Amino acid sequence: MPADLGAFLQGVFDQVHLWASQSPFWSALFSLGWGIVKVILVLGFIIVNVLVLVWLERKFSGRVQSRLGPMRVGRPHGWAQTIADMIKLLGKEDIVPRAADKALFVIAPVVIFTATMLVYVVVPMGPRTIVSDLNIGVLYLAAAASFTVISVLMAGWGSSSKWSLLGALRGAAMLVSYEVPMVLAVIGVVLLSGTLSTNAIVESQSGLWYILVQPIGFLVFLAALFAELNRVPFDLAEAESELVSGFNIEYSGLRFAFFFLAEYANLLALSAIAVTLYFGGWQGPFLPPFVWFMLKTYGFILLVMWIRWTLPRVRVDQLLEFGWKVLLPAALVNLAVTGVYVLLT
Amino acid sequence: MTITPEFRPAPGDLEEHEFLVNMGPQHPSTHGVLRVILRVDGERLVDAIPDIGFLHRCFEKVAEGWTYQQVVPLTDRLDYVSAMTNELAYVMAVEKLAGIEVPERAQWLRVLVAELQRIASHLVWFGTFALDLGATTPFLYAIREREHILDLFEALCGARLTYSYMRIGGVRGDLPPGFVGKTREFLKLMPSRLREYENLFMRNRIFENRTKGIGRVTAEEAVAYGASGPTLRGSGVDWDLRRDEPYSAYDRFEFGVPVGQSGDVYDRAVCRFKEMYESLKIVEQVLDGLPEGDVRAKVPRVLKPPAGDVYTRVESPRGEVGVYLVSDGGPKPYRVKWRAPSFAHLRLLPVMAKGHMVADIVAIIGSIDIILGEVDR
Repeated sequence: MPADLGAFLQGVFDQVHLWASQSPFWSALFSLGWGIVKVILVLGFIIVNVLVLVWLERKFSGRVQSRLGPMRVGRPHGWAQTIADMIKLLGKEDIVPRAADKALFVIAPVVIFTATMLVYVVVPMGPRTIVSDLNIGVLYLAAAASFTVISVLMAGWGSSSKWSLLGALRGAAMLVSYEVPMVLAVIGVVLLSGTLSTNAIVESQSGLWYILVQPIGFLVFLAALFAELNRVPFDLAEAESELVSGFNIEYSGLRFAFFFLAEYANLLALSAIAVTLYFGGWQGPFLPPFVWFMLKTYGFILLVMWIRWTLPRVRVDQLLEFGWKVLLPAALVNLAVTGVYVLLT
Repeated sequence: MTITPEFRPAPGDLEEHEFLVNMGPQHPSTHGVLRVILRVDGERLVDAIPDIGFLHRCFEKVAEGWTYQQVVPLTDRLDYVSAMTNELAYVMAVEKLAGIEVPERAQWLRVLVAELQRIASHLVWFGTFALDLGATTPFLYAIREREHILDLFEALCGARLTYSYMRIGGVRGDLPPGFVGKTREFLKLMPSRLREYENLFMRNRIFENRTKGIGRVTAEEAVAYGASGPTLRGSGVDWDLRRDEPYSAYDRFEFGVPVGQSGDVYDRAVCRFKEMYESLKIVEQVLDGLPEGDVRAKVPRVLKPPAGDVYTRVESPRGEVGVYLVSDGGPKPYRVKWRAPSFAHLRLLPVMAKGHMVADIVAIIGSIDIILGEVDR
């Protein structure tokens, strides 16, 4: 039945598309309408997954710490806890500090969420399930993923609080040290697959996942990913026990919810990217591609959570040192070896 | 650096690229209501000035208005993470002043609860210290193990935090049924749990990188500032009141005193951590050789020690707790002066923090294990 339904929807879509393409006006309106539908689909995907992820993180950390996690709101296992929390956040007073730079303060949560949504454009969830299969997909990714730091800077500076400023400064200092190795590590994958399109990268892994041929590249990518995601051991911009909450300390209510949403949406997006680049994306036997994609992504997310609840936090200068003295040389060596290999075969 | 009451540096005192950051009194890593004024250049600390007094409860003055027995519960509220050792220091002072002989079994019980208390206190330190360094999980593990000790204490005296178990002339009561068995279970369980903490946190590379060479205090500085306990031993001074000036029944037991070398955060942490193993040894020896007899000497209800003054000190989990007690021959103490180790250690904070980063001051405060209830009294 689902296959029939899919074919039916495809048929309807093709009919409408054919009909609309006869006049330029209807054609333009059709692309606009289709674009809006895609945005709504992506938004729905993000919100549903974030609600699940927040709950999952709480339950998972509970397991790690030999406690139960949320149990009361919604049975079984407090499934409605995140929904209740979201409703609570909506009801909170919206406070803007008097000394804040109002424009920056207000825009920052929107920017961070937009930056996160941008990443979803090139995430392939199935052979044809992709918002837009850009031919420069990986390049676009590298650009879009680092947008979040702009928002961290805006929030940190706009709050005009010293603690959030320190958080923002850390975020900026971290960006320069992890972004370069991260992109260099990804170039190894690009060299092997010979394409920048994310969907083509997945297709080229039908025989062998790139984690098996690019283990060093993957480790560099993984380390940089933790910095990008602001997670322990690299959660310096937030640093609960030092900066209290870092760049988002002055935010409350809905604006804080946006930061929270973006944090988990970012976790999902970058895990999906990691799966796409190193774990064969949606490829897999028996099950439908989308199911494989979600399984792998959630598996990767559990790995990230496991590390988060185990390790202490590094210091900011140690992260910079690690980025420039360990990650960057490792990524360069990886790139050189991959280049020689591609040249010889 | 001088700071005006309006929280501004004195004119011309602050360089152009520096600024002041107010850390606390509401901050998750100041372990209570401590305020530290940080003078920072970017993330680098130029100066750190502790500002105390937010938890001042006039303990020493209040004690002058109450009878000798009534002061015991008050001492619980000073170092509330290690109430047993506070009580011990105080009742020892009164006993010395009044010349009261404490039965042997009571002395052993005092050692037993003091060492269990030391483990409980160090577990709280371990958990919060890990929390300060960004690791969330060790905290819950440590609290889980501390729960065993609190359950034992609850069975012993009905309270979980402020015990009032020590009495002038002995202890409140004998061990309840099943106490020895449960304590032995705990002794069996604890070493494996401590090794788990070591694998999870104390031997972690990130932990070592964060703590080695940070907040260094030389042995001379430590002595000069009146440091004691693990803070002093972390700097390489081999000094432990339990061994070098034995009180209560401590001269009957074999135990080691872990000593560090470099006086940095790492050495202090390792000293504290290893002390838990030693305390386990003492508890085991107490259970093995506990003598029979009374747990409390006969003490008149209205106690009027002869006029005079006395100073006693014990090794609390944080260091030397000293009580200076003056009697004018009446039923109430004329003066109670409390010497709190945390207060002395907090004075070392500016020495330790200089030149390090904002993230390090959190580790440093964690490593000296201050309790603000004791600092402010």
